[in-house]
Amino acid sequence: MVTTDRTTRTTAEAQSAQTPLEAELRRLAGSVPDPELPALNLTELGVLRAVHTLGPGRVEVELSPTYTGCPAIETMAADIEQILHEHGVPDVTVRPVLDPAWTTDDITPEGRRKLREFGIAPPRTTHEPTGPVPVTLGPTRHAPQLPPVACPHCGSTETELLSRFSSTACKALRRCLSCREPFDHFKELR
Amino acid sequence: MTQTDRQTQTTAAALALGDDALVLSHRLGEWIGHAPVLEEEVALANIALDLLGQARVLLSLVGDEDELAYLREERSFRNLHLVEQPNGDFAHTIARQLCFSAYQHLLYERLAHADTVFTPLATKAVKEIAYHLDHARQWTLRLGDGTDESHTRMQNAVDALWRFTGEMFQPLPGLTIDWQDLRDSWTKTVTGVLGEATLTVPTGPQTGAWSAGAGRQGLHTEPFGRMLAEMQHLHRSHPGASW
Repeated sequence: MVTTDRTTRTTAEAQSAQTPLEAELRRLAGSVPDPELPALNLTELGVLRAVHTLGPGRVEVELSPTYTGCPAIETMAADIEQILHEHGVPDVTVRPVLDPAWTTDDITPEGRRKLREFGIAPPRTTHEPTGPVPVTLGPTRHAPQLPPVACPHCGSTETELLSRFSSTACKALRRCLSCREPFDHFKELR
Repeated sequence: MTQTDRQTQTTAAALALGDDALVLSHRLGEWIGHAPVLEEEVALANIALDLLGQARVLLSLVGDEDELAYLREERSFRNLHLVEQPNGDFAHTIARQLCFSAYQHLLYERLAHADTVFTPLATKAVKEIAYHLDHARQWTLRLGDGTDESHTRMQNAVDALWRFTGEMFQPLPGLTIDWQDLRDSWTKTVTGVLGEATLTVPTGPQTGAWSAGAGRQGLHTEPFGRMLAEMQHLHRSHPGASW
């Protein structure tokens, strides 16, 4: 079986190895808004992995998709290229990286706050086992109860699942039983 | 075994897994505009999108993803018969999802821990597949343990697709997996869900006498040709077109 060398660097390690120029380019690339959730930028979403200068005017950006099939990654790449071009970097390569995998725990606290403000319940950050969080679906009586998702509009924890998939792959559709507003919930992915 | 042999096997495995994801993605996409409720339409489209993303990564290990998807003949596809089966009624789609997601979840879980060229994708995708499996399980419970009509339809669907489930456990050279253990775990998962849904586990064979393992060899069932024609015709009619 073919094996690959897997290098897993922590964010802190990656950042300490950065040059001041790389840090500045990272700040610029990270300021690009998410095309599907424009309230958040890529730093807050946690998808920007690294920025490397490969030579004069040559930069490589590592971007981690939220979901393998996330179509937004192409727009993100184009937007990053544009902003770096505008700041004098002629040669920009955006490379998608799957390893280490993005998780919803990579969303920054500021990102979570903005999600809630934007009307989307942020993913919960408990340290439970990975995988889907079972929630009751209408009349089925099989799924166990878990900590509730709070309504981003009124804060009530009396909410119900309408559909485990919503407007994008990363969200579920819920409804608040107190204020009756439907809302998106950014599903936990860990 | 030489390095080249190993590389050939890895490429063949990537093609098989990539074709599974691509073909099922296309089948699920066929529900768009036809699903029973809007939420379900969105759910099936999202699952299709996850699978398409997985297919793109896997096919890129083999060659040019577009050429592989749009310019291969039926005999060059290596997907399972299960994933190419027509959508049927909603129960058939859910039964197909249950059987395949349970398999894919167990397989990718193993690949995620194997440290191979598939590990980064498997590590990421296994979390997505967990949602697919949960979706299929919830619907199997609702339909199986629902009304007489939904119970009958769900049972018919499981019975009809059962003969395509054996092919999943045919070992893929290039993947160091304990296939018998995978099969045992799959059987436990799926029969567990069927039992909970008050459905009867089919007793028939899990492979047709004439079809054992044929999808992996490029021999497909009749509906696959029609599906492929629809999937490929635009690209083939307008080579190199863009917008």
